[in-house]
Amino acid sequence: MAEKSDLPQGTLDLLILKVVALGPVHGYAIAQRLEQVSRGVVQVPQGSLYPALHRLENRGLLAADWEETESGREAKFYRLTRKGRTQLETEAASWQRLIDAVGLVLKLSEGGAE
Amino acid sequence: MNWWQRLLRRRKMEDQLEKELRFHLDEHASELIARGLSPDEARRRARLALGGPEQVKENCRVARGMRWLEDLLQDFRYAIRMLQKQPGFAVVALLTLALGIGATTVMFTLINGVLLKPLPFLDADKLVAVNGQSDRWNAEIFGEQNVAYLDFIDCARESRSLAIAAALYTGGTVSEPGEPEYVDLREISSGLFSVLRVPIVQGRSFLPEEDRQGAAPVAILGSGFWQRHFTGGDAVGSSVILDGKRYAVVGIAPAGLKLFGDEADIYTPVGQDTARYLRNRAAHPMHVVGRLQPGRTLSQAQSELAVLGHHLAEQFPDTNAGRTFQVRSLRPNVGNVGSKLWLLLGAVGLVLLVACVNVASLLLARAVSRERELAMRAALGASRGRLVRQCLTESAMLGLAGGLLGVLIAADGIRPFVQVWPGALPRAEEVRLDWHVLLFAFGVSTLSGLLFGLAPALRAPFSNLEQKLRTGARSIAGSSRRLHGIFVISEIALAIILLVSAGMLGRTLLHLSSLDAGVDVRNVLVTRMALSPATLADPAKTRAAWKDVLARARNVPGVQSVATVDTFPMRAGDNEEGYWTSADVPPTNKLPFALLTSVSPDYLNVMRIPLRRGRFFDDHDTLESTPVIVIDEVLAQNAFGTQDPVGKRLWIPDMGYGGNVFEIVGVVGHVRHWGLAGDDQAKVRAQIYYPFAQLPDGFMHRWSELMSIAARTEIPPLSALASLRSELKGVAGDQVLYEVRTMEQLASESLAEQRFLSLLFGIFAGLALLLACIGIYGVLAYLTGQRVPEIGVRMALGATARDVIRLVLRQSLGMVFGGIAVGIVTALAAGRLLMHTVDGMQSNEPSTLILTIPVLVFAALLASSGPALRASRVDPVTALRQD
Repeated sequence: MAEKSDLPQGTLDLLILKVVALGPVHGYAIAQRLEQVSRGVVQVPQGSLYPALHRLENRGLLAADWEETESGREAKFYRLTRKGRTQLETEAASWQRLIDAVGLVLKLSEGGAE
Repeated sequence: MNWWQRLLRRRKMEDQLEKELRFHLDEHASELIARGLSPDEARRRARLALGGPEQVKENCRVARGMRWLEDLLQDFRYAIRMLQKQPGFAVVALLTLALGIGATTVMFTLINGVLLKPLPFLDADKLVAVNGQSDRWNAEIFGEQNVAYLDFIDCARESRSLAIAAALYTGGTVSEPGEPEYVDLREISSGLFSVLRVPIVQGRSFLPEEDRQGAAPVAILGSGFWQRHFTGGDAVGSSVILDGKRYAVVGIAPAGLKLFGDEADIYTPVGQDTARYLRNRAAHPMHVVGRLQPGRTLSQAQSELAVLGHHLAEQFPDTNAGRTFQVRSLRPNVGNVGSKLWLLLGAVGLVLLVACVNVASLLLARAVSRERELAMRAALGASRGRLVRQCLTESAMLGLAGGLLGVLIAADGIRPFVQVWPGALPRAEEVRLDWHVLLFAFGVSTLSGLLFGLAPALRAPFSNLEQKLRTGARSIAGSSRRLHGIFVISEIALAIILLVSAGMLGRTLLHLSSLDAGVDVRNVLVTRMALSPATLADPAKTRAAWKDVLARARNVPGVQSVATVDTFPMRAGDNEEGYWTSADVPPTNKLPFALLTSVSPDYLNVMRIPLRRGRFFDDHDTLESTPVIVIDEVLAQNAFGTQDPVGKRLWIPDMGYGGNVFEIVGVVGHVRHWGLAGDDQAKVRAQIYYPFAQLPDGFMHRWSELMSIAARTEIPPLSALASLRSELKGVAGDQVLYEVRTMEQLASESLAEQRFLSLLFGIFAGLALLLACIGIYGVLAYLTGQRVPEIGVRMALGATARDVIRLVLRQSLGMVFGGIAVGIVTALAAGRLLMHTVDGMQSNEPSTLILTIPVLVFAALLASSGPALRASRVDPVTALRQD
């Protein structure tokens, strides 16, 4: 039943962790933030956002509290746990390595074509 | 968060999930409204963006890993509903399982207590037994050898790897406080309690300086003795008179303490005992135990003790040549009970299997009739795994509920079972339900649940849904009929194994009971006797005392004849020595062995053992005359073949008197010393009798401690006991009779184990047969029910009621004979196992096998007659209209 995401496998988790790392935030805000920050490139299907949040919470990477929003409504605010922060660092680093490597390979093949 | 906490907080979790999603939708909608959309349109868009709320929620639950739990709960509720709908099925299945699991749990509780539990001492894994080892010792006949007292003293002093202690079995008469009583005595080294880490409950343990000759006599009381004689009150500081000597009580041993056999009545320091044999390195009476010193290993202790043994052999070549020590972990001594317990566990395991197969076939019958329901669920989107899991949940639940009932049965049944165990079960006090047992019962229940649930569960439909939905419950696949056949066949096969085993045991019992014991067992009383301690000091007085005992006993009304005897047929205790027929005697371990019995002249008359040749002893065989013996026909045959042994001589090198050469004056019939069952397989069967009167003075004391009297009576033997007791109690009133038995009791006890096993196997076999019949009935009733339309067609085409009955019975008999064929092959293997485990077991005869077949066929026909008759009464018109 997994919703198809335009994101590569596992990337959504990384993005969520990064967004939450900026400060406690509720689900709707996460979706908005992701869309804004990626300038609309990353389309997060909202239906797969919540299962991902619950999965990360279940794995202990996120913690959640019910707090009031500015408008006075109660919302579930997610924040990063210590474990989540470590996970974010390792994943971000390995993502960076992957991008660098992929970039190198792409440059190489362009050079070869010339 | 644990899953059970999650379970408890499930509702809250659901609420929060709902709230979180609602918040999202509201936020999104209000943003859209702000952009100018109408509220309705905004809400619609927001919902579209999120996706179906139920879908999202479900995915969140999966992400939280709670799905399986939800499913389990759902299956659980569903299973209970299904069982409630068919209470008859539920009751039969539960009872069957409860019986099977209960019986298995009882057997496992015994095995756990008797065989698996460690010794009840602190750090029991550090405890070792030290045994003697000698190339002259025939360990196969005698088992492990004990240690000489002086050797023990040397080892205890020298060993660095072990703290060792020793105990000696003896007995004595306590004449104060209370009535004179013969007590079980352990003479122990002062360190025993601390080596075993057994706390003294009151007072203190022995001091090293008390463990010496000439020290003031001190005693520690066993808990049972203390309760009996002091009713659990103050005893430390008072005293007991044991064998005429006053001992100050310094401590009380804890209750239930069993060192080397039964709980002892009194402990005394062995160092105070002045007996000669304790100073003789050639005598090996001490049981030696040790505790590994911190950081030392068993193999270090082994090599150290081997070296110590070597030094002793060099130092004392006369007694210790070729002799050393052996160290092994200390294990509970339970004799040969183990193999019987495992055998019985196997037998109840078979009963449980039959029960499982039975429930499986009942479940299968239900599964087939539920096919339509399951097909419907599959059509509605349940995955195959989900349906299988649902079926398994149902059966696992049945299994666990059956297990729970079973444990309740076991909890109630275990004590009575231990009590009827023939000849006190060793370590019976350790037998109780503990978490090991509960774990076992849980495992067995789950396993049975899976076992009987698997076949029906795997039948959950997933192909041809459309067809199944259309034809409904009536359709019966060929594979299910085959599966039912297999169930019936395995039930019959399992029942046959038990039936044949029970038959073999029963035949064995019959055969053994008809055996001639070699003595006339009727009207013989045998009892151990302790002389007055005052007479034991002087050999001449001891001889006179025994003569006096015989003379007095003979005058007791009802007593015909009476004799003294040291070791007695079919009772624990024997004396075995090697013998040879010429003067060039080979080393002991090369000698043939015989049972030696020291008797007074009337023994032959009391026991009515037939005299084959020569004469038995008489009053002329004395210290002054030639040392004589009488042998039994087994020894005559072994040693002399067809020659007449009378007048020939035997050399018995360890006899210790008469120059170890004895003249054979007579041959008597063989007596089944090892019991009716055990004698044929016994390692030592040949028998030698020697006159008590010819024993030299040095032996008088030790022999008198072991002596029994046997009396032939004209009245029922036990009714002569009271007058015998009062006649023999001696001038000081301190001579006691103990361990009183009749010869008939001993003979019967010697078959107790066989009787017990055949009874149990008979019960198990009957149970298995009953279950198998229920199984056959159920399966046939079901299969016949499925065939009603077919039968209707047959009858419409002219088949008679008789034809229909034949049709059903043929189907049943086909399955039964299949089961018999499989069962008999397996039963032959089981029979071989029985022969190994049970003494005196008769080999498997075709008659036993063949006898079981009509029993089964009859039972099967009985079970199938109901369904067959019902089938024959099918009304073709109704049957055809049904389709």
